[in-house]
Amino acid sequence: MKKLECIIRPSKLEEVKEALQELGVSGMTVSEVRGVGRQAGHTEFYRGSEYKVDFVPKLRIEVVLPDELYLQAVEAITRTAKTGKFGDGKIFVYEVAEAIRIRTGDKGAHAI
Amino acid sequence: MPSHNVCRHLRLFGLLSVFFLIRPLPLFSLQMEASPIDPGDTAWLLTSAAFVLLMTPGLALFYAGMVRRKNVLGTMMHSFIMIGLVSVLWALFGYSLAFHEGTFWGGFAWSFLNGVGMDPDPYGYAGTIPHQVFMAFQLMFAIITPALITGAFAERMKFSAMLLFMGLWTIFIYDPLAHAVWGKGGWLRFGDPGAIVGALDFAGGTVVHISSGVSALVVALMIGKRIGFGKEPIIPHNLTLSITGAGILWFGWFGFNAGSALGSGGLAASAFIVTHFAAAAATLSWSLAEWLARGKPSALGAISGAVAGLVAITPASGFVTPMASLVIGAVAGVVCFWAVTSLKAKLGYDDSLDVFGVHGVGGTTGAILTGIFATTTVNPGGADGLFYGNAGQLGNQIIAVAATWIFVGLGSFGIAKIVDITVGLRVTSEQEVAGLDQSQHGESGYNLEA
Repeated sequence: MKKLECIIRPSKLEEVKEALQELGVSGMTVSEVRGVGRQAGHTEFYRGSEYKVDFVPKLRIEVVLPDELYLQAVEAITRTAKTGKFGDGKIFVYEVAEAIRIRTGDKGAHAI
Repeated sequence: MPSHNVCRHLRLFGLLSVFFLIRPLPLFSLQMEASPIDPGDTAWLLTSAAFVLLMTPGLALFYAGMVRRKNVLGTMMHSFIMIGLVSVLWALFGYSLAFHEGTFWGGFAWSFLNGVGMDPDPYGYAGTIPHQVFMAFQLMFAIITPALITGAFAERMKFSAMLLFMGLWTIFIYDPLAHAVWGKGGWLRFGDPGAIVGALDFAGGTVVHISSGVSALVVALMIGKRIGFGKEPIIPHNLTLSITGAGILWFGWFGFNAGSALGSGGLAASAFIVTHFAAAAATLSWSLAEWLARGKPSALGAISGAVAGLVAITPASGFVTPMASLVIGAVAGVVCFWAVTSLKAKLGYDDSLDVFGVHGVGGTTGAILTGIFATTTVNPGGADGLFYGNAGQLGNQIIAVAATWIFVGLGSFGIAKIVDITVGLRVTSEQEVAGLDQSQHGESGYNLEA
């Protein structure tokens, strides 16, 4: 099993979610994060001083997939999350040692 | 037919009518005097007192939005607790110190509100409202003035030290200063035989704004800068609170200024209107100044401009025309913008929420402009200013402003020193980093996952 950790623009969540659901992926976890990379931050003013805001709001989507599905998922996410500008995000792929469904105790591929 | 019964009832009715028509009238109703209490004045002053009280929670919101999340409750507590502290001291003896007649202050004759009843006050402060109403109205000013100061030392003052400082401040600075400007025998009181210099201060430019602004600067300098000030960005956590607070302050200010007419009528109306127009002009002038200087007009700037205008019009509100109030507001917006951006940056002090820049500088600006734009056509009980051919009042305003600066500056320094030596002004650095909400109050402002 593979886990995808995807950092994407917040505005792209709906499209990415629908693309994954079309592949048969029904479960995912989304959290709000801030990130800094090649996308420039911006400047804000408070009274007399100017200060740089480097961290940009992003969303992190975590989804665990069967090995057969993960490459298609990567393609779907890349296709829907991309705008072509700095700040589109990243996808990291991890190997998953085990997965368990809490309600039933199912393990492995049955659990995801 | 029972006609004899009808006759009997008619006769009884006739007797009873005659009896009630000729019964003697009670004697006292012929000797009743007209009461001096005017219901219109009383209603307006009660309303104004409530408006001014609302300004303190409004101020709490205004300040709260500008601090970091970890200090939101501590900041609001500074204002809210003041309502309790100052009110109790006022009732016990504060009102007496401020408004009983006297030279330096009023003394203790009206302690426990002795002599403060439902008849009008004996000095003619407000001859058409119960003395208690006048006392209550003045109390609300006494509450908000120390609350204003708290902005300067936000995010780092020990709660116990703040209570001690404010208790001493209200007794030894506010009460004597209110007495000087508004109390019978006051040495700055316009038209008072005991006055050394007669200053025009309709609703508290000196008593409230210069006093809080200058004290704020003194304490900010003595307590020192916040950890990280100048190195990391310390920015407002929720300006929506501040904008809401500013709106409430604007609303409440109608009671603050128009209520200071101490009656309902033309003068109250005039004060109401100039208050509004000054705030409006200042909102625009600060925003415009910021737009030109920084490239974008900020929401924080707009609301700060409004407050600056309200501060500046406060001493002038019962003496100037609406057109003059537009000028006063416009000037205050630009001057205070300069004070909180350039002046503060140049001198490098951490007056966290710009109490000195808005209230100290704005109040001084307003007090001086009062000496220029005051006119007896608006208020025959006042004086004419420079614009109307009388330079003398401007001189008086400047002297009164200087005297206030000196009295308040030295007094605040002394009180802060005493508090620092006994209790210690500042929290420890661990407490400051953890935040006042946790360290001083054991609470958290936002438990959004609860």
